[in-house]
Amino acid sequence: MSHIEKDEVGAKLGMWLFLFTELLLFGGLFILYAVYLARYPGQFSTGGRQLDLVFGATNTVVLLTSSLLAAMAVTAIKRGARRATLALLSGTLACAGIFLAIKYLEWSAKIRHGIFPDSPRLIAGPPGESVFFGLYYLTTGLHGIHVVIGAALIGWIVAGVKSGAIHAGDNVSLENVTLYWHLVDLVWIFIFPLYYLIL
Amino acid sequence: MSLAEQTAAVAGGFWQDSAKTGLRSWIFSTDHKRIGLLYLYSVLGFFLVGVVLGLLLRLELMAPGATIVTAKTYNALFTVHGVVMIFLFIIPGIPASFGNLVMPIQIGARDVSFPRLNLFSWWLYATGALVVLASLFSGGGAPDTGWTFYVPFSARTGTNVSLAVFGVFILGFSSILTGINFVTTIHRLRAEGMSWGRLPLFVWSLYATAWVQILATPIIAITLVMVIAERTLGLGLFDPGRGGDPVMFQHLFWIYSHPAVYIMILPAMGVISEIIPVFSRKPIFGYKMIAVSSVAIAAAGSLVWGHHMYTSGMSDTAVMVFSFLTFIVAIPSAIKVFNWVSTLYKGSISLEAPMLFALSFILLFSIGGLSGLILGAAATDVHVHDTHFVVGHFHYVMFGGTGFAFFAAAHYWLPKFYGRRYREKPALLGWAIMFVGFNILYFTMQVLGMQGMPRRYYDYLPEFARLNLVATVGSWILAVGLVIVVLNLWRGLFRGEPFTGNPWGGATLEWSIATPPPTENFEEDPVVTHGPYDFKGAGVP
Repeated sequence: MSHIEKDEVGAKLGMWLFLFTELLLFGGLFILYAVYLARYPGQFSTGGRQLDLVFGATNTVVLLTSSLLAAMAVTAIKRGARRATLALLSGTLACAGIFLAIKYLEWSAKIRHGIFPDSPRLIAGPPGESVFFGLYYLTTGLHGIHVVIGAALIGWIVAGVKSGAIHAGDNVSLENVTLYWHLVDLVWIFIFPLYYLIL
Repeated sequence: MSLAEQTAAVAGGFWQDSAKTGLRSWIFSTDHKRIGLLYLYSVLGFFLVGVVLGLLLRLELMAPGATIVTAKTYNALFTVHGVVMIFLFIIPGIPASFGNLVMPIQIGARDVSFPRLNLFSWWLYATGALVVLASLFSGGGAPDTGWTFYVPFSARTGTNVSLAVFGVFILGFSSILTGINFVTTIHRLRAEGMSWGRLPLFVWSLYATAWVQILATPIIAITLVMVIAERTLGLGLFDPGRGGDPVMFQHLFWIYSHPAVYIMILPAMGVISEIIPVFSRKPIFGYKMIAVSSVAIAAAGSLVWGHHMYTSGMSDTAVMVFSFLTFIVAIPSAIKVFNWVSTLYKGSISLEAPMLFALSFILLFSIGGLSGLILGAAATDVHVHDTHFVVGHFHYVMFGGTGFAFFAAAHYWLPKFYGRRYREKPALLGWAIMFVGFNILYFTMQVLGMQGMPRRYYDYLPEFARLNLVATVGSWILAVGLVIVVLNLWRGLFRGEPFTGNPWGGATLEWSIATPPPTENFEEDPVVTHGPYDFKGAGVP
């Protein structure tokens, strides 16, 4: 409403609260991971070794870079550097695209090997592996959806910067969207070691 | 919208002056009062749908064997009754309707922090409700799993569980956004002088509720996503044949759904804390303890979900820990009850409609709360688990508690927003009939449960026949009372006597502004100089 002057602190508080809810959403999946890992440690380990470490590590680097670019975009807009902001955000978007492309390659390789939900190979195999890959697909799939949503939001911000609606004096929406992007990054930072590294 | 337009012409305030007209001025309005009324009509509409379904359930159980519907329809009836009442009425019920109407005014704000997000929440609510309704008439037919959607049945049944679950997922999103909005508003938009120690207790209860909405709802969201994934992709996460564990579903489900009970009851307790002092003409007893106990209930209530699962086969240690924590929750609840009763002591009690509903809340909530302890103790729970005792218990808390508080709030606050009032005598008559019918219906259910009648059963043994008949008759009496109350409110708010000023002598801010409130609530930003129950400071006789 026009009469309420823009409350930047309030807008950021709201965003942080929303990020809590996102963490808890993934938290449900991590609870299941913890319980089933305790039940089937050996079979989880076998499942984890079948994941491609190169794909996973590359994607981690890609997402960390994207987060860095997003954080630099916040500094850039506060300095009033509009063109730099646009370039940095485009870099973030490019990273999002690379991440999804790699994820696509990774998933299709798994599916070609007959590892996908409800596949005959998983049904015939040990129960722990079926649960492991069930969780793997659900967690990385949900994370992938978040990457797509985050990228769409960044696209919306790019349009706002281009039109001049977001500028040095009014950029809380840009900051909030980058916060969201860091969350997408952060969740992956937990997914990567849990599924690819420690098992 | 003719009634609304008539009201606008007479009442003025926020009913008028909007850039838009007709229906658009409501469903696209970002005014918290209009959004509150949108919620009010929506939740009331679904409440009446739920009541009809409940009456049909009781009619079926009136006599043993088939009475009016088939067993399959009966399963769908109790499922849809639960889904509608829980997700469409009682969770958004008080916070989204009266919270939206009253809370910003009570803290001296012109609106909530995110007015457009507020409208978006209502749209999500409406969308979720439509999706749930669509699930009844499409696909394999209305879901028959019970409102809890327990696996493995919900993963296998041919009925339209996926769509109903998706609808509930959307409703959860709406609930989360309302919670975020309220927490931010209460932190950021309190007027000058409105310190935390001067926050009305209704606002305190909404604050605690909003945190539960934020912290618990995401868990049901992910759980529902898993149910859909089980059904469509065959993940097998809860399928014992593939290494999954159905008990994990129950854990995840109740991690949300038990705290959700406090989303339902806390705002109701807030309403009671507003009404009791006003109609006792006495400052509330133990303001700080009531405020803190709301937060304590929210915190402790998040740790007791396992008490729904004593018979699920989880470990005895877990059972004992959850049982212990459950008893802890009783402490802050009892603190509230004792403080309300102490407020009444030596007060100048005036028995008007809001007060009668509030007083019956205390009695009915206490009965429901005490029967909750029987269920919270593992030893007794094993005997009455999944019987009509449980059904009686949660209806005492949810309907006798939150439902009666909802009507207390309606009689207390709605005249303020409509500028017209209901007639007192029909309100008292309706309340009395409701109260009698309520107790005949649900107390009988508790007795039936003690005798061993299971819940969700289509048929029963002949020895349960007489009490089931009594309960069904009770449901008719309750329905008659409800009809009187709702019609009297409806008629009064649109055509009743004018309502102005502060006839009940409330000291909270909503009673200091024009009736109905203007669009921007306050002509100039208020400066608060007295507490919410400081009647002398507010200059109320």
